[in-house]
Amino acid sequence: MLTVEGLRAANLGPIDLTLGDREILALRGPSGAGKSLLLRAIADLDPNEGRVALDGTDRDTLPAPAWRRRVAYLPAESGWWADRVAEHFQEPDAARPRVRALGLPADALDWSVARLSTGEKQRLALVRALEQDPRVLLLDEPTSALDPEAAAAVEAAIREQRDNGRAVLLVTHDRKQAERLADRTLAIAKGRLSGEAGS
Amino acid sequence: MSGAYLALSYWDVALAALFLLVNAGLSFWLQLGLGRQLTVAAARMVVQLLLIGLLLKTVFDLASPWLTAGVGLAMIGFATREVWARQERRLKGAWGFALGGGAMAFAATLVIVVGLATLIQPDPWWTPRFALPLFGMILGNALTGVSLGLDTLSATLDRERRAVEAQLLLGATRWQAVRPVTRRALRSGMMPIINAMAATGVVSLPGMMTGQIVSGVEPTEAVKYQLLIMFLIAGATALGVLLAVLGAVRRLTDRRHRLRLDRLRATQP
Repeated sequence: MLTVEGLRAANLGPIDLTLGDREILALRGPSGAGKSLLLRAIADLDPNEGRVALDGTDRDTLPAPAWRRRVAYLPAESGWWADRVAEHFQEPDAARPRVRALGLPADALDWSVARLSTGEKQRLALVRALEQDPRVLLLDEPTSALDPEAAAAVEAAIREQRDNGRAVLLVTHDRKQAERLADRTLAIAKGRLSGEAGS
Repeated sequence: MSGAYLALSYWDVALAALFLLVNAGLSFWLQLGLGRQLTVAAARMVVQLLLIGLLLKTVFDLASPWLTAGVGLAMIGFATREVWARQERRLKGAWGFALGGGAMAFAATLVIVVGLATLIQPDPWWTPRFALPLFGMILGNALTGVSLGLDTLSATLDRERRAVEAQLLLGATRWQAVRPVTRRALRSGMMPIINAMAATGVVSLPGMMTGQIVSGVEPTEAVKYQLLIMFLIAGATALGVLLAVLGAVRRLTDRRHRLRLDRLRATQP
Protein backbone atom coordinates (compact mmCIF):
# COMPACT_ATOMS: atom_id res chain seq x y z
CA MET A 1 0.00 0.00 0.00
CA LEU A 2 2.44 2.71 1.18
CA THR A 3 5.98 2.46 -0.16
CA VAL A 4 8.84 4.65 1.08
CA GLU A 5 12.22 4.45 -0.68
CA GLY A 6 15.31 6.46 0.13
CA LEU A 7 13.36 9.14 2.00
CA ARG A 8 15.63 11.90 3.32
CA ALA A 9 14.97 15.15 5.12
CA ALA A 10 16.98 17.30 7.51
CA ASN A 11 18.26 14.97 10.28
CA LEU A 12 16.42 12.03 8.75
CA GLY A 13 17.14 9.08 6.53
CA PRO A 14 17.61 7.48 4.18
CA ILE A 15 14.49 5.55 5.16
CA ASP A 16 12.96 2.57 3.35
CA LEU A 17 9.76 0.97 4.52
CA THR A 18 6.56 -0.54 3.27
CA LEU A 19 3.19 -0.57 4.93
CA GLY A 20 0.72 -3.19 3.80
CA ASP A 21 -3.07 -3.21 3.58
CA ARG A 22 -4.68 -3.73 6.97
CA GLU A 23 -1.36 -3.38 8.71
CA ILE A 24 -0.48 -1.50 11.89
CA LEU A 25 3.22 -0.74 11.97
CA ALA A 26 4.55 0.67 15.22
CA LEU A 27 7.59 2.92 15.30
CA ARG A 28 9.54 3.21 18.53
CA GLY A 29 12.61 5.15 19.49
CA PRO A 30 14.01 7.62 22.00
CA SER A 31 13.08 11.33 21.93
CA GLY A 32 14.78 13.12 19.07
CA ALA A 33 15.25 9.89 17.11
CA GLY A 34 13.31 11.28 14.15
CA LYS A 35 9.91 9.61 14.63
CA SER A 36 7.92 12.77 14.06
CA LEU A 37 10.31 13.92 11.33
CA LEU A 38 9.60 10.69 9.45
CA LEU A 39 5.84 11.16 9.68
CA ARG A 40 6.16 14.81 8.61
CA ALA A 41 8.33 13.81 5.65
CA ILE A 42 5.86 11.14 4.50
CA ALA A 43 3.04 13.71 4.76
CA ASP A 44 5.26 16.06 2.69
CA LEU A 45 5.11 18.72 5.38
CA ASP A 46 8.88 19.36 5.41
CA PRO A 47 11.20 19.54 2.40
CA ASN A 48 12.34 15.99 1.61
CA GLU A 49 13.72 13.77 -1.14
CA GLY A 50 13.03 10.20 -2.07
CA ARG A 51 10.16 8.17 -3.46
CA VAL A 52 6.89 7.81 -1.60
CA ALA A 53 3.96 6.05 -3.26
CA LEU A 54 0.47 4.96 -2.33
CA ASP A 55 -0.93 1.92 -4.18
CA GLY A 56 1.65 2.49 -6.91
CA THR A 57 0.81 6.20 -7.37
CA ASP A 58 3.85 8.41 -6.80
CA ARG A 59 3.33 11.21 -4.31
CA ASP A 60 4.90 13.72 -6.69
CA THR A 61 2.18 13.12 -9.29
CA LEU A 62 -0.47 14.35 -6.86
CA PRO A 63 -0.98 17.90 -5.56
CA ALA A 64 0.11 18.00 -1.91
CA PRO A 65 -3.42 18.69 -0.54
CA ALA A 66 -4.77 15.59 -2.36
CA TRP A 67 -1.88 13.51 -1.00
CA ARG A 68 -2.52 14.66 2.56
CA ARG A 69 -6.20 13.79 2.32
CA ARG A 70 -5.19 10.21 1.46
CA VAL A 71 -2.27 9.93 3.84
CA ALA A 72 -3.44 11.66 7.00
CA TYR A 73 -0.87 12.74 9.57
CA LEU A 74 -2.03 13.43 13.10
CA PRO A 75 0.65 15.39 15.01
CA ALA A 76 1.14 14.81 18.72
CA GLU A 77 -0.05 18.35 19.38
CA SER A 78 -3.08 19.33 17.36
CA GLY A 79 -3.71 22.75 15.84
CA TRP A 80 -6.96 24.71 15.99
CA TRP A 81 -7.73 27.81 13.97
CA ALA A 82 -11.32 28.78 14.82
CA ASP A 83 -13.08 29.54 18.11
CA ARG A 84 -15.60 26.70 18.15
CA VAL A 85 -14.85 22.99 17.81
CA ALA A 86 -17.56 22.39 15.20
CA GLU A 87 -15.99 24.94 12.84
CA HIS A 88 -13.09 22.54 12.38
CA PHE A 89 -15.32 19.81 10.97
CA GLN A 90 -16.85 19.56 7.52
CA GLU A 91 -19.93 17.75 8.83
CA PRO A 92 -20.09 18.08 12.61
CA ASP A 93 -23.27 16.04 12.94
CA ALA A 94 -21.80 13.09 11.06
CA ALA A 95 -18.80 13.18 13.41
CA ARG A 96 -20.83 12.88 16.63
CA PRO A 97 -20.96 9.04 16.82
CA ARG A 98 -17.16 8.88 16.55
CA VAL A 99 -16.77 11.58 19.19
CA ARG A 100 -18.95 9.51 21.55
CA ALA A 101 -17.04 6.32 20.72
CA LEU A 102 -13.83 7.99 21.90
CA GLY A 103 -15.37 8.65 25.31
CA LEU A 104 -16.28 12.31 24.77
CA PRO A 105 -19.75 13.79 25.14
CA ALA A 106 -21.38 14.25 21.73
CA ASP A 107 -21.91 17.93 22.46
CA ALA A 108 -18.12 18.40 22.71
CA LEU A 109 -18.45 19.60 19.12
CA ASP A 110 -20.44 22.59 20.37
CA TRP A 111 -17.77 23.65 22.86
CA SER A 112 -15.26 26.42 22.40
CA VAL A 113 -11.72 25.29 21.65
CA ALA A 114 -10.44 27.28 24.62
CA ARG A 115 -12.06 24.94 27.14
CA LEU A 116 -10.65 21.69 25.64
CA SER A 117 -8.04 19.75 27.59
CA THR A 118 -5.01 18.35 25.79
CA GLY A 119 -6.53 14.86 25.82
CA GLU A 120 -9.84 16.12 24.44
CA LYS A 121 -8.03 17.97 21.69
CA GLN A 122 -6.06 14.86 20.82
CA ARG A 123 -9.20 12.74 20.42
CA LEU A 124 -11.15 15.40 18.53
CA ALA A 125 -8.21 15.86 16.16
CA LEU A 126 -8.32 12.11 15.43
CA VAL A 127 -12.03 12.35 14.59
CA ARG A 128 -11.29 15.38 12.41
CA ALA A 129 -8.56 13.52 10.51
CA LEU A 130 -10.86 10.51 9.93
CA GLU A 131 -13.47 12.78 8.32
CA GLN A 132 -11.28 12.87 5.20
CA ASP A 133 -11.57 9.07 4.88
CA PRO A 134 -7.81 8.63 4.42
CA ARG A 135 -6.21 5.42 3.16
CA VAL A 136 -3.23 5.64 5.51
CA LEU A 137 -3.06 7.07 9.03
CA LEU A 138 0.20 8.44 10.40
CA LEU A 139 -0.42 8.75 14.13
CA ASP A 140 2.08 10.52 16.38
CA GLU A 141 1.59 9.32 19.97
CA PRO A 142 -2.21 9.47 19.76
CA THR A 143 -2.73 8.39 23.40
CA SER A 144 0.09 10.31 25.11
CA ALA A 145 -2.23 12.66 27.01
CA LEU A 146 -5.00 10.14 27.78
CA ASP A 147 -6.05 8.17 30.84
CA PRO A 148 -6.14 4.35 30.40
CA GLU A 149 -9.86 4.29 29.63
CA ALA A 150 -9.67 6.92 26.93
CA ALA A 151 -6.48 5.34 25.55
CA ALA A 152 -8.32 2.01 25.23
CA ALA A 153 -11.10 3.75 23.27
CA VAL A 154 -8.53 5.27 20.89
CA GLU A 155 -6.79 1.91 20.48
CA ALA A 156 -10.15 0.33 19.61
CA ALA A 157 -10.71 3.05 17.03
CA ILE A 158 -7.29 2.36 15.51
CA ARG A 159 -8.06 -1.36 15.27
CA GLU A 160 -11.39 -0.55 13.64
CA GLN A 161 -9.63 1.56 11.03
CA ARG A 162 -7.25 -1.31 10.30
CA ASP A 163 -10.18 -3.74 10.00
CA ASN A 164 -11.81 -1.36 7.53
CA GLY A 165 -8.81 -1.72 5.25
CA ARG A 166 -6.62 1.20 6.26
CA ALA A 167 -2.94 1.05 7.02
CA VAL A 168 -1.60 2.70 10.17
CA LEU A 169 1.89 3.91 11.02
CA LEU A 170 1.88 4.46 14.76
CA VAL A 171 4.57 6.31 16.68
CA THR A 172 4.49 5.30 20.32
CA HIS A 173 6.71 5.45 23.38
CA ASP A 174 4.73 2.68 25.00
CA ARG A 175 6.16 -0.80 24.31
CA LYS A 176 3.04 -2.49 25.66
CA GLN A 177 0.84 -0.43 23.35
CA ALA A 178 2.99 -1.45 20.41
CA GLU A 179 2.63 -5.09 21.42
CA ARG A 180 -1.13 -4.76 21.83
CA LEU A 181 -1.78 -3.03 18.53
CA ALA A 182 0.97 -3.54 16.00
CA ASP A 183 1.56 -6.29 13.47
CA ARG A 184 5.21 -5.23 13.28
CA THR A 185 7.38 -2.82 15.25
CA LEU A 186 10.34 -0.91 13.84
CA ALA A 187 12.94 0.88 15.90
CA ILE A 188 14.32 4.27 14.87
CA ALA A 189 17.42 5.99 16.19
CA LYS A 190 19.39 9.01 14.97
CA GLY A 191 17.09 9.42 11.99
CA ARG A 192 17.46 5.87 10.66
CA LEU A 193 15.46 2.70 11.02
CA SER A 194 17.43 0.18 12.99
CA GLY A 195 15.48 -2.94 12.20
CA GLU A 196 12.59 -4.89 13.58
CA ALA A 197 12.04 -4.57 17.29
CA GLY A 198 10.04 -7.76 17.69
CA SER A 199 6.36 -8.12 16.94
CA MET B 1 -3.46 83.85 -2.38
CA SER B 2 -5.28 85.49 0.46
CA GLY B 3 -2.24 86.86 2.27
CA ALA B 4 1.45 87.49 1.84
CA TYR B 5 3.97 84.83 2.77
CA LEU B 6 5.92 86.05 5.80
CA ALA B 7 9.62 85.15 5.59
CA LEU B 8 11.33 84.13 8.82
CA SER B 9 14.76 85.27 9.88
CA TYR B 10 17.21 82.87 11.58
CA TRP B 11 16.82 85.06 14.63
CA ASP B 12 13.06 84.23 14.75
CA VAL B 13 13.88 80.54 14.59
CA ALA B 14 16.45 80.82 17.35
CA LEU B 15 13.95 82.62 19.60
CA ALA B 16 11.44 79.81 19.02
CA ALA B 17 14.03 77.40 20.40
CA LEU B 18 14.02 79.35 23.68
CA PHE B 19 11.02 77.36 24.96
CA LEU B 20 12.94 74.16 24.38
CA LEU B 21 15.97 75.55 26.19
CA VAL B 22 13.79 76.47 29.17
CA ASN B 23 12.49 72.92 29.18
CA ALA B 24 15.97 71.47 29.03
CA GLY B 25 17.01 73.73 31.90
CA LEU B 26 14.04 72.55 33.98
CA SER B 27 14.95 68.97 33.21
CA PHE B 28 18.50 69.47 34.48
CA TRP B 29 17.21 71.25 37.58
CA LEU B 30 14.61 68.50 38.35
CA GLN B 31 17.11 65.78 37.35
CA LEU B 32 14.67 64.20 34.91
CA GLY B 33 17.56 63.01 32.77
CA LEU B 34 15.81 64.30 29.65
CA GLY B 35 17.85 67.45 29.15
CA ARG B 36 20.60 65.70 27.24
CA GLN B 37 18.19 63.75 25.06
CA LEU B 38 16.16 66.88 24.31
CA THR B 39 19.24 68.86 23.39
CA VAL B 40 20.72 66.13 21.19
CA ALA B 41 17.41 65.52 19.41
CA ALA B 42 16.93 69.25 18.82
CA ALA B 43 20.52 69.63 17.56
CA ARG B 44 20.07 66.66 15.21
CA MET B 45 16.87 68.17 13.87
CA VAL B 46 18.58 71.53 13.24
CA VAL B 47 21.51 69.96 11.38
CA GLN B 48 19.39 67.49 9.38
CA LEU B 49 16.86 70.10 8.30
CA LEU B 50 19.50 72.72 7.43
CA LEU B 51 21.32 70.17 5.31
CA ILE B 52 18.15 68.94 3.57
CA GLY B 53 17.16 72.57 2.98
CA LEU B 54 20.51 73.23 1.26
CA LEU B 55 20.28 69.97 -0.68
CA LEU B 56 16.73 70.65 -1.86
CA LYS B 57 17.65 74.22 -2.86
CA THR B 58 20.51 72.88 -4.97
CA VAL B 59 18.36 70.16 -6.56
CA PHE B 60 15.55 72.62 -7.28
CA ASP B 61 17.98 75.17 -8.82
CA LEU B 62 19.69 72.59 -11.03
CA ALA B 63 16.33 71.13 -12.13
CA SER B 64 17.92 68.02 -13.62
CA PRO B 65 15.77 64.92 -14.16
CA TRP B 66 18.75 62.65 -13.39
CA LEU B 67 19.55 64.41 -10.14
CA THR B 68 15.88 64.27 -9.13
CA ALA B 69 15.77 60.55 -9.91
CA GLY B 70 19.02 60.05 -7.97
CA VAL B 71 17.60 61.75 -4.87
CA GLY B 72 14.46 59.61 -5.23
CA LEU B 73 16.60 56.47 -5.40
CA ALA B 74 18.53 57.50 -2.31
CA MET B 75 15.22 57.97 -0.49
CA ILE B 76 14.16 54.47 -1.56
CA GLY B 77 17.46 53.15 -0.25
CA PHE B 78 17.00 54.72 3.20
CA ALA B 79 13.37 53.55 3.34
CA THR B 80 14.36 49.99 2.40
CA ARG B 81 16.94 49.89 5.15
CA GLU B 82 14.33 51.13 7.57
CA VAL B 83 11.84 48.38 6.56
CA TRP B 84 14.61 45.82 7.03
CA ALA B 85 15.60 47.19 10.43
CA ARG B 86 12.03 47.24 11.73
CA GLN B 87 11.45 43.47 11.23
CA GLU B 88 11.87 41.33 14.31
CA ARG B 89 12.04 38.13 12.24
CA ARG B 90 12.98 38.93 8.67
CA LEU B 91 13.36 36.72 5.63
CA LYS B 92 16.78 35.17 5.20
CA GLY B 93 19.26 36.51 2.67
CA ALA B 94 18.52 39.16 0.07
CA TRP B 95 14.77 38.57 0.44
CA GLY B 96 14.89 40.45 3.74
CA PHE B 97 15.73 43.66 1.83
CA ALA B 98 14.32 43.00 -1.57
CA LEU B 99 10.74 42.04 -0.84
CA GLY B 100 9.72 44.90 1.48
CA GLY B 101 11.89 47.45 -0.31
CA GLY B 102 10.79 46.34 -3.77
CA ALA B 103 7.08 46.37 -2.93
CA MET B 104 7.35 49.79 -1.32
CA ALA B 105 9.47 51.31 -4.11
CA PHE B 106 7.23 49.91 -6.85
CA ALA B 107 4.01 51.15 -5.25
CA ALA B 108 5.38 54.59 -4.33
CA THR B 109 6.99 55.14 -7.75
CA LEU B 110 3.89 54.05 -9.66
CA VAL B 111 1.65 56.34 -7.62
CA ILE B 112 3.95 59.39 -7.74
CA VAL B 113 4.46 59.09 -11.50
CA VAL B 114 0.73 58.75 -12.18
CA GLY B 115 -0.06 61.51 -9.67
CA LEU B 116 2.45 63.97 -11.16
CA ALA B 117 1.94 63.18 -14.82
CA THR B 118 -1.86 63.07 -14.88
CA LEU B 119 -3.19 64.92 -11.82
CA ILE B 120 -0.89 67.66 -10.54
CA GLN B 121 0.81 68.15 -13.93
CA PRO B 122 3.69 70.50 -13.16
CA ASP B 123 5.86 71.37 -16.17
CA PRO B 124 7.99 69.30 -16.61
CA TRP B 125 6.12 66.55 -14.76
CA TRP B 126 9.18 65.58 -12.66
CA THR B 127 9.75 69.13 -11.35
CA PRO B 128 11.69 68.39 -8.13
CA ARG B 129 9.80 71.02 -6.09
CA PHE B 130 6.68 68.84 -6.47
CA ALA B 131 8.15 65.40 -7.00
CA LEU B 132 10.52 65.09 -4.04
CA PRO B 133 8.37 66.31 -1.12
CA LEU B 134 5.38 64.31 -2.36
CA PHE B 135 7.53 61.22 -2.94
CA GLY B 136 8.85 61.57 0.60
CA MET B 137 5.36 61.67 2.09
CA ILE B 138 4.18 58.71 0.02
CA LEU B 139 7.30 56.65 0.71
CA GLY B 140 7.23 57.42 4.44
CA ASN B 141 3.67 56.16 4.82
CA ALA B 142 4.25 53.11 2.61
CA LEU B 143 7.31 52.33 4.74
CA THR B 144 5.25 52.28 7.94
CA GLY B 145 2.56 50.10 6.38
CA VAL B 146 4.92 47.60 4.74
CA SER B 147 7.06 47.10 7.82
CA LEU B 148 4.01 46.63 10.08
CA GLY B 149 2.43 44.21 7.61
CA LEU B 150 5.56 42.08 7.22
CA ASP B 151 6.29 42.08 10.94
CA THR B 152 2.73 40.99 11.79
CA LEU B 153 2.86 38.27 9.14
CA SER B 154 6.06 36.63 10.37
CA ALA B 155 5.16 36.93 14.06
CA THR B 156 1.64 35.56 13.55
CA LEU B 157 2.74 32.70 11.29
CA ASP B 158 5.29 31.72 13.89
CA ARG B 159 2.71 31.78 16.68
CA GLU B 160 -0.05 30.09 14.65
CA ARG B 161 2.21 27.51 13.08
CA ARG B 162 0.29 24.52 14.44
CA ALA B 163 -3.06 25.91 13.33
CA VAL B 164 -1.75 26.58 9.82
CA GLU B 165 -0.21 23.13 9.53
CA ALA B 166 -3.38 21.49 10.87
CA GLN B 167 -5.26 22.98 7.94
CA LEU B 168 -2.59 21.94 5.45
CA LEU B 169 -2.80 18.40 6.85
CA LEU B 170 -6.54 18.31 6.26
CA GLY B 171 -5.97 19.12 2.59
CA ALA B 172 -6.12 22.93 2.54
CA THR B 173 -3.98 24.75 -0.02
CA ARG B 174 -1.30 27.11 1.29
CA TRP B 175 -3.43 30.16 0.45
CA GLN B 176 -6.45 28.74 2.29
CA ALA B 177 -4.39 27.75 5.31
CA VAL B 178 -2.75 31.16 5.75
CA ARG B 179 -5.81 33.25 4.86
CA PRO B 180 -6.63 34.41 8.42
CA VAL B 181 -2.97 35.24 9.09
CA THR B 182 -2.68 37.07 5.76
CA ARG B 183 -5.79 39.06 6.51
CA ARG B 184 -4.44 40.08 9.91
CA ALA B 185 -1.11 41.18 8.40
CA LEU B 186 -2.84 43.22 5.68
CA ARG B 187 -5.11 44.87 8.20
CA SER B 188 -2.22 45.76 10.49
CA GLY B 189 -0.27 47.26 7.57
CA MET B 190 -3.18 49.43 6.45
CA MET B 191 -4.42 50.46 9.90
CA PRO B 192 -2.17 53.57 10.29
CA ILE B 193 -3.30 55.11 7.00
CA ILE B 194 -6.96 54.23 7.69
CA ASN B 195 -6.67 55.89 11.10
CA ALA B 196 -4.90 58.89 9.59
CA MET B 197 -7.68 59.36 7.03
CA ALA B 198 -10.39 59.01 9.67
CA ALA B 199 -8.79 61.44 12.13
CA THR B 200 -7.49 64.04 9.69
CA GLY B 201 -9.13 67.45 9.94
CA VAL B 202 -10.90 66.52 13.20
CA VAL B 203 -8.05 65.68 15.51
CA SER B 204 -5.26 67.46 13.67
CA LEU B 205 -4.65 69.48 10.53
CA PRO B 206 -2.20 67.70 8.26
CA GLY B 207 1.26 69.24 8.11
CA MET B 208 1.22 69.94 4.40
CA MET B 209 -2.14 71.65 4.54
CA THR B 210 -1.07 73.73 7.52
CA GLY B 211 2.06 74.72 5.61
CA GLN B 212 0.08 75.80 2.58
CA ILE B 213 -2.40 77.78 4.68
CA VAL B 214 0.42 79.53 6.54
CA SER B 215 2.06 80.43 3.22
CA GLY B 216 -1.16 82.13 2.15
CA VAL B 217 -3.06 79.51 0.13
CA GLU B 218 -6.87 79.55 0.48
CA PRO B 219 -7.94 76.83 2.94
CA THR B 220 -10.33 75.32 0.37
CA GLU B 221 -7.45 75.05 -2.14
CA ALA B 222 -5.19 73.59 0.53
CA VAL B 223 -7.89 71.01 1.35
CA LYS B 224 -8.08 69.89 -2.28
CA TYR B 225 -4.32 69.38 -2.35
CA GLN B 226 -4.40 67.55 0.93
CA LEU B 227 -7.19 65.23 -0.25
CA LEU B 228 -5.28 64.42 -3.41
CA ILE B 229 -2.14 63.67 -1.42
CA MET B 230 -3.99 61.52 1.11
CA PHE B 231 -5.53 59.48 -1.73
CA LEU B 232 -2.11 59.01 -3.32
CA ILE B 233 -0.58 58.05 0.02
CA ALA B 234 -3.38 55.61 0.86
CA GLY B 235 -3.22 54.08 -2.62
CA ALA B 236 0.53 53.58 -2.49
CA THR B 237 0.42 52.20 1.05
CA ALA B 238 -2.36 49.73 0.25
CA LEU B 239 -0.61 48.54 -2.90
CA GLY B 240 2.78 48.27 -1.18
CA VAL B 241 1.36 46.37 1.80
CA LEU B 242 -0.55 43.99 -0.48
CA LEU B 243 2.48 43.24 -2.65
CA ALA B 244 4.84 42.80 0.31
CA VAL B 245 2.51 40.60 2.38
CA LEU B 246 1.42 38.37 -0.52
CA GLY B 247 5.03 38.10 -1.67
CA ALA B 248 6.11 37.10 1.84
CA VAL B 249 3.29 34.53 2.09
CA ARG B 250 4.50 33.05 -1.17
CA ARG B 251 8.07 32.97 0.09
CA LEU B 252 7.08 31.44 3.45
CA THR B 253 5.20 28.59 1.79
CA ASP B 254 6.16 26.46 -1.19
CA ARG B 255 4.67 24.67 -4.20
CA ARG B 256 4.09 21.53 -2.17
CA HIS B 257 1.89 23.60 0.16
CA ARG B 258 4.29 23.53 3.09
CA LEU B 259 4.90 26.22 5.68
CA ARG B 260 8.54 27.30 5.30
CA LEU B 261 9.41 29.14 8.49
CA ASP B 262 12.97 27.90 7.95
CA ARG B 263 13.20 30.80 5.48
CA LEU B 264 12.93 33.28 8.36
CA ARG B 265 15.97 34.33 10.33
CA ALA B 266 16.03 33.40 14.00
CA THR B 267 14.82 36.07 16.40
CA GLN B 268 17.53 38.51 17.37
CA PRO B 269 18.57 38.06 21.01
